Amino acid sequence: MAAPAEDTPVGRRLKNVKNIIIVCSGKGGVGKSSVSTQLALCLRASSPTARVAILDVDLTGPSIPRMLGLDGHPVHQSSDGWVPVYADGSEARLACMSVGFLLKKKEDSVVWRGPKKNAMIRQFLSDVRWGDLDYLVVDTPPGTSDEHLSLVEHLAPVHSRLSAVIVTTPQAVALLDALKCLSFTRATSLPVLGVIENMSGYVCPCCGEISNVFSTGGGEAMASREGIPFLGSLPIDTELVTLLDASDVSKAEDTASTSDGEVRSFRLLENYEKTPTASLFKTIAEQITRTLASRQSEGDVAIQQTA
Amino acid sequence: MIALQQSTPAPDPLSVPSNAPEHCPGTESELAGKADACAGCANQEICASGQSRGPDPALPLVRARMASVKRKILVLSGKGGVGKSTFTAQLGWAFAADEQIQTGIMDVDICGPSIPTILGIASEQVHASSSGWSPVYVQDNLGVMSVGFMLPSARDAVMWRGPKKNGLISQFLKDVDWGTLDYLVVDTPPGTSDEHLSIVQYLKESGIDGAVVITTPQEVALQDVRREIDFCRKVGIRVLGLVENMSGFVCPNCKTESQIFKPSTGGGRKLAQDMDVEFLGAVPLDPRIGKSADYGISFLDEYPDSPATTAYLDIIEKIKEQLGD
Ligand SMILES: Nc1ncnc2c1ncn2[C@@H]1O[C@H](COP(=O)(O)OP(=O)(O)OP(=O)(O)O)[C@@H](O)[C@H]1O
Ligand SMILES: Nc1ncnc2c1ncn2[C@@H]1O[C@H](COP(=O)(O)OP(=O)(O)OP(=O)(O)O)[C@@H](O)[C@H]1O
Ligand code: SF4
Ligand SMILES: [Mg+2]
Ligand SMILES: [Mg+2]
Repeated sequence: MAAPAEDTPVGRRLKNVKNIIIVCSGKGGVGKSSVSTQLALCLRASSPTARVAILDVDLTGPSIPRMLGLDGHPVHQSSDGWVPVYADGSEARLACMSVGFLLKKKEDSVVWRGPKKNAMIRQFLSDVRWGDLDYLVVDTPPGTSDEHLSLVEHLAPVHSRLSAVIVTTPQAVALLDALKCLSFTRATSLPVLGVIENMSGYVCPCCGEISNVFSTGGGEAMASREGIPFLGSLPIDTELVTLLDASDVSKAEDTASTSDGEVRSFRLLENYEKTPTASLFKTIAEQITRTLASRQSEGDVAIQQTA
Repeated sequence: MIALQQSTPAPDPLSVPSNAPEHCPGTESELAGKADACAGCANQEICASGQSRGPDPALPLVRARMASVKRKILVLSGKGGVGKSTFTAQLGWAFAADEQIQTGIMDVDICGPSIPTILGIASEQVHASSSGWSPVYVQDNLGVMSVGFMLPSARDAVMWRGPKKNGLISQFLKDVDWGTLDYLVVDTPPGTSDEHLSIVQYLKESGIDGAVVITTPQEVALQDVRREIDFCRKVGIRVLGLVENMSGFVCPNCKTESQIFKPSTGGGRKLAQDMDVEFLGAVPLDPRIGKSADYGISFLDEYPDSPATTAYLDIIEKIKEQLGD
């Protein structure tokens, strides 16, 4: 349909991006950024040619650079726009863009009201050289506010390629906000790929006893009540926390250069695949790719029919 | 390379009104009302006239209402889900344990209000009277205001941009009949956004006594907390101290302690030292804290002998000390 609508700076820039997945939650700290990171890693690993990117629109609390071990990397300008930072060096199949790369000092606070946030998000979508992508994963801040509204607004030209993943933890306070997030996706007609329940249960490393530190099961119940797919639960995984904290990287941080960035990122994917969560997440990512693929073929059919 | 900081000095964040456009030079700037960015801004006339510093008519009303509030404390964190709302609730309960002390809790997390649930008053509504909106009372001396009391249904999303949030926060400060309060504790959303700027702008004149900053032990949280402390310094709020929450978990079966959110870079204690703020203490992970919050009951009253309760009470004592109370 609307070919002219796609002819906006954002529409043109994202012309060759097949799927855009918005990761959101309502509640803070439930694991949006870690789910975004893991999803991107799994999608990249899903095929030897898959091209993936993460856009971090958490402007005041960007976590993605740290989680990908890319803290302190600069962003360069080219004649064709900003060049994203690649987590996998010269292979360039995992791109990333975040406010975190643009700060002079990483402890600088970003104190912006809505209009500035809006402008930054527009630039992220229209001025970054995203290129051809199979998946663009968007990590969002908690809530349903300026960042989310701006994001959906600027992405309107590519609306048919948008979908959302809702992350929650099992507590009532988190589920309540997840419902709000779901209302947001409905109000903005974002198709929901499903709900992930994160930090569900903890296995004591000493005796193996499973403690429901943050309770358990609420995410699945919510998904079935709301008639949306439940993608799976991820238990508390302390190895994952340490991996995403990138503590081993921080020592070498000041000497960060593209060449050791490359070595490091292979290490990231390799190390990730060793965590207990990786295999669980793989099935989540597979469900997502399957849904997206079937939607895409339906879309193709629809286009053929109208043509 | 590209950096966010441009050659022109950034405006003082507190002098950018919530309804100003992207490139507002700040109402305190020489260029206020005269910059290119000012074209079409609703405040242009006032700013250009140079007489009114800060075009918000709510300010005097806020000042009047806040005159009867002795202590104003913000609970902050750059990171989401670290336990700000839970801590705010414990602080409120602990202050209000003394019948002589009047306490108020104001929840400015407009998109994700948790305070009504945690305090067990989620089904309450706000009532209007001649002297303004009246807070919802958990007990005689603990009044609460939250957007959660104003939604037709708990599942409704509040999809608001900055100016509307700013408007509601000003109403919470000027139209709520708080009465005389010894403490007003403000729960905030994570980050450094419109809500934070608005609350600081409105309370600046009445005076904020300080902020309690909450973190969890892992680096991903600490990096956001450094930014939050930087924010406090930028806008001139005193940091009363840092609390490390979810600091270790004792298995209920074998009683062994393990670190779920491992302090890979030294945790809250080191951060407090590095940034020269007081370390107020560490609260362990205790599943009963989450359950109490979900059921809206006071953890401190329910489990008075737990290590987490001891930790909370120690921290609250230290906060009082910092305040000189
Ligand atoms: N399954 C898990 N097990 C243990 N820890 C986890 C798990 N998922 C995420 N975490 C950790 O919890 C913390 C919060 O996660 P994360 O930063 O991804 O949340 P978020 O929703 O993006 O937070 P914010 O709202 O601040 O953006 C991180 O330190 C992360 O490593
Ligand atoms: N020490 C603790 N032990 C166990 N659970 C805790 C502890 N502190 C907080 N929680 C639980 O963790 C979750 C997050 O806490 P809370 O909602 O207070 O965080 P927050 O910082 O206010 O989050 P948000 O950024 O979304 O506002 C809640 O379910 C709460 O009950
Ligand atoms: S008129 Fe005043 S508030 Fe509006 S942009 Fe100019 S300086 Fe900012
Ligand atoms: Mg995040
Ligand atoms: Mg909260």
